[in-house]
Amino acid sequence: MTPPLAVFFALAALAVIGAVSLILQKHPIHSALSLIVVMVAIAGLYLLMGAEFVAAVQIIVYGGAIMVLFVMVIMLLNAGVEEHTSLSKMAGAPGLLLVVALVGFVAATVARSAESVQGSPQMGALSPTSGISNMIFRDFVYPFELTSFLILVAILGATMLAQREKN
Amino acid sequence: MTAILAANAELIITIIKIVLLLFIVLTVNAYLTWFERKVVAHIQSRWGPYRVGPHGLLQPLADGVKFLFKEDPTPAGVDKFVYYLAPLLALALAMTSIAIIPFGPDPIRVFGHDIYLGIAPPDLNIGILALFAITALGVYGVALAGWSSNSKYPLLGGLRSSAQMISYELALTMSVVGVLLLAGSFNLKEIIAAQGKHSEWGLLGWNIWPQILGFFCFFVAAIAETNRAPFDLPEAESELVAGFHTEYASFKFAMFFIAEYTSMITVSCLCSIMFFGGWLSPFPASWTWTHYLPSLILIPFGAWVIWDGFRYETIFGKLILPVVGTAFAGLGGLFLALPGVNDFIQAPFWLLSKIFVFLFVYVWMRGTLPRFRYDQLMAFGWKLLLPVSIVNVIVTSFAILKWGAK
Repeated sequence: MTPPLAVFFALAALAVIGAVSLILQKHPIHSALSLIVVMVAIAGLYLLMGAEFVAAVQIIVYGGAIMVLFVMVIMLLNAGVEEHTSLSKMAGAPGLLLVVALVGFVAATVARSAESVQGSPQMGALSPTSGISNMIFRDFVYPFELTSFLILVAILGATMLAQREKN
Repeated sequence: MTAILAANAELIITIIKIVLLLFIVLTVNAYLTWFERKVVAHIQSRWGPYRVGPHGLLQPLADGVKFLFKEDPTPAGVDKFVYYLAPLLALALAMTSIAIIPFGPDPIRVFGHDIYLGIAPPDLNIGILALFAITALGVYGVALAGWSSNSKYPLLGGLRSSAQMISYELALTMSVVGVLLLAGSFNLKEIIAAQGKHSEWGLLGWNIWPQILGFFCFFVAAIAETNRAPFDLPEAESELVAGFHTEYASFKFAMFFIAEYTSMITVSCLCSIMFFGGWLSPFPASWTWTHYLPSLILIPFGAWVIWDGFRYETIFGKLILPVVGTAFAGLGGLFLALPGVNDFIQAPFWLLSKIFVFLFVYVWMRGTLPRFRYDQLMAFGWKLLLPVSIVNVIVTSFAILKWGAK
C-alpha cells in the first residue's frame, strides 16, 4: 500500500466514523463535533487529491463559519440530551429499504464510472487558484451569480421572518 | 540503518524540525509572559517580577513548575470528553498555525539535503488560506471550554468569544485580499518576494504603504481573533471571573495560556510577512553596511548585560548575567567573524526583529487601552472594520486595473 492510499483510507475511515457518530451521539454538541470531524476529514481528502484551494475553503467555510454557528446556537439554546424513543416500525421498514436502494445506486454509479475516473486529471491538476476563478467568473459566471442571488434572497427572507416575529 | 535513514530523510528532517520548533516556541512563550509582565509593570510604574533569578528571569520556570504540580481537579457535572478536548484543541491548532510560517528564504545544506527554515514546504500554494483555515477552527477551543465546564461564567465567555471570532473573521479575511491582489499569490514566500521587487526601495516597497487601510483592519481584527486586550471580553476578569477558563486548573489552564501566546506570535509573524516585508531588510540592497547591524545590536547589548551583572545586588545575578551577556556578545562576534553565516542570518534577523516589535505593540496595547464594551465591540467589527476592508479591496482592485501591481 502506497502512503497516499494509506492516508486515504485513514481519512475515509475517519469521515465514516464521524458520520456514524453524528447520528448515534445523544447530545447535540457531540453530534456537531462529529460533523466537524467529517468536514475536516473530507478537507483532508481534497488535499490528498491536490485540490489545496478547495480543501482550505472547505475548512474555512464548513469547519469554521457554519459549524461555529451550529455550536453557538446549540450553546445559546442550552439544548440538553436527546430523548431516545424506540424505533417505530413504520419508519424502520421503508428506511431500511431506502438504505439498500441508496447503497445499490451509489455502488452502481461508482462501478460504471470506474473507467472515466481512471482517465481523470492527475494529482495536482486541480490546484491552481486561477483556474478555479476562471471557471467561476468566466465560464460559469451566470449560474454562480444566480446562486449567490438565491442565497441573498434566502438571507433576506430569514431576516424578514425573524423581524416579523418580534413585532 | 543508514539506508533507512537516507530513504526517509525528508520525514526525519521534518520530525526534527517539529521538535525544535516546539521547543523554541514554548521557550519563547515562557519568556513572553516574563516580557509582558515586565513591560506592563513599567508602564504602570512598577518593577514587575524581580525576586526569582536576576531581573525575575527565572520566573517563567517557577511558573511552569507550579502549573505542572498544582492539583488538577475536574469539577462535578462537566462534560468529561469535551472538557479534556478543549485545551488540547486550542493548543494543537495554535501550534499548527505556526508551522506554516516560513522564517527564511534560503535553505541550509546539511548532508546534501536542503533544509528550509519553517516546517511547511516552501512552495505551499495555499499558505495564507491554510493559516485562515486553522484560525477558523481555533474558536472551538474557547467555545467548547466554555460550554463543557457546565458553569455560568465560562458559558458566557465561550458564547462571547464565538460571536466575537465569527464577526472579526470576516474583516480579517477581507483585509488581506488587497495584499493577495498585489502579490497575485497565496504563497507567503511569494507575498514577501512581491514586496522586494525593487531592491533599492527598501522599506518603501512594503505593502504597508498601499495597504495602510488593510493593515489597520487586519491588525485590529487579528487582536480580536486572539482574544487579547482591548478585545479580551471572553475572559474579562471584572465581569466573568476568568471567562471560558474559569473551571480549568493546573496544566490545562496553562495550555490555554500557551495557545494564546502562540497565536500572538503567529499574528505578529503574519503582520510582518504581509505588510512589513517579512524577512526583507528595511534598507536599500546597496547599503551593505547594514549587514553588520545584527552584530552592532548584539555586542553592545551583551556588553550592557555583563556590566549590569557586575553591579547586580545578589551573588546569583553576578554569576548568571555575565554568562548571558557573554553569550549575546559572542553571538554578535561570531556573525562578524563568519561572513557566510552573517549573510544567512540577515533574513531571519529582520523577520524576528519585526515579530518582536509587534509583540511589544501587543503588550503595549494591553498596558494602555481599556476593554471594549460588548455592543461597542460588535458595532466596531460590523460597522467600521468590515466596510473599510471591503472599500480597501475595491480601491486596490481599481488601482491595479489602472496601474498594474506596481
